[in-house]
Amino acid sequence: MGLTTVRDQTGSAVPATPATLPAPTDLFARVDAGLKDEGFIVTKLTDLVNWARSGSMWPMTFGLACCAVEMMHTAAARYDLDRFGIVFRPSPRQSDVMIVAGTLCNKMAPAFRKVYDQMAEPRYVISMGSCANGGGYYHYSYSVVRGCDRIVPVDIYVPGCPPTAEALLYGIMQLQRKIRRRGTIDR
Amino acid sequence: MDANVSEATPEPAHVLAPLQAHCAELLGDRLLDARIAYDELTIEVPGQRIVDVLTVLRDDPGCLFKVLLDVTAVDRPENEQRFTVVYHLLSMKHNRRIRVVVATDEFTPVPSVVSVFSTANWFERETWDMYGVMFSDHPDLRRLLTDYGFDGHPLRKDFPLTGYVEMRYDPEQQRVVYEPVKLRQDFRSFDFLSPWEGSGLLPGDEKASN
Repeated sequence: MGLTTVRDQTGSAVPATPATLPAPTDLFARVDAGLKDEGFIVTKLTDLVNWARSGSMWPMTFGLACCAVEMMHTAAARYDLDRFGIVFRPSPRQSDVMIVAGTLCNKMAPAFRKVYDQMAEPRYVISMGSCANGGGYYHYSYSVVRGCDRIVPVDIYVPGCPPTAEALLYGIMQLQRKIRRRGTIDR
Repeated sequence: MDANVSEATPEPAHVLAPLQAHCAELLGDRLLDARIAYDELTIEVPGQRIVDVLTVLRDDPGCLFKVLLDVTAVDRPENEQRFTVVYHLLSMKHNRRIRVVVATDEFTPVPSVVSVFSTANWFERETWDMYGVMFSDHPDLRRLLTDYGFDGHPLRKDFPLTGYVEMRYDPEQQRVVYEPVKLRQDFRSFDFLSPWEGSGLLPGDEKASN
């Protein structure tokens, strides 16, 4: 019985790296049972770190255009990002993820890169909407960057013009999934 | 006709005609042309007199055009004087609008009207940025909208839609850099023939008409 095993309700060890990740409710039940049963749980440090990372992704507020309105809808009462531990921050130094919501213009690009550089590792980028994904409606324009992945590396692309609040929420959940799938702490 | 409806509709010609006559009397030889089209009054004046003209239109009791709504330009490269600088004025007192136009080219500056309407400051900066029309005596004639160090004037007819440069991050220099435009996919011209807009015969429908 080492650090790499997790006890389930009956006390028998489950494999350290399951083929598919346990659903969160299942995980909560097992943690709860472990605490009731023995007063402690044993888990992997990477699992703990990834749980903490995916459970408190603080996004940098980076609304550039109309997509920002849908981002606000996602944050507001109906979809309520707070329940995912997602709280918008006004400073890149306090942020883990940047949601690029809208058209990225040439004039904004240096500031955008600077904000990204100021974020502490590990950092993630969600590209929201057609304009951020690849220029979209303004692809042939003289003043628009043809996709924000020309400036920073992007983790998740959310399509739509603008994407619905549900679509952004799905993108955020995909990013959580991506973080949880990583077996290591470093990035 | 209902009184409310007639209030809301634009001024018909017979309402604008007295204003046109008043402007002609007021401006004298400064008025090059005056015309009423689409229920709007447009007057053309010489570029060097624009400050004078706008001051008169603002202060005359019969005009009182105290709001400068917009300054912009129109580019017609086929004309000898390719640019038409357009000033839109509103009189809250008399509920009238007027358009003042001035012809110029890319080398002849138009006197700035910032001394008459302070709001003209950014309007003229935008016009300079987008068309390259110069304004003399402007307190701060910098670009307004485009990137710092931008080359060219985008709303000129001879400026290509995609511009000349595009931007990307250079990992070696650790900063964003401009490069000549390389389009991965050519500009697509879409076919806007729609069966819902009565555009006539659609391609392939020739046989069906018989």
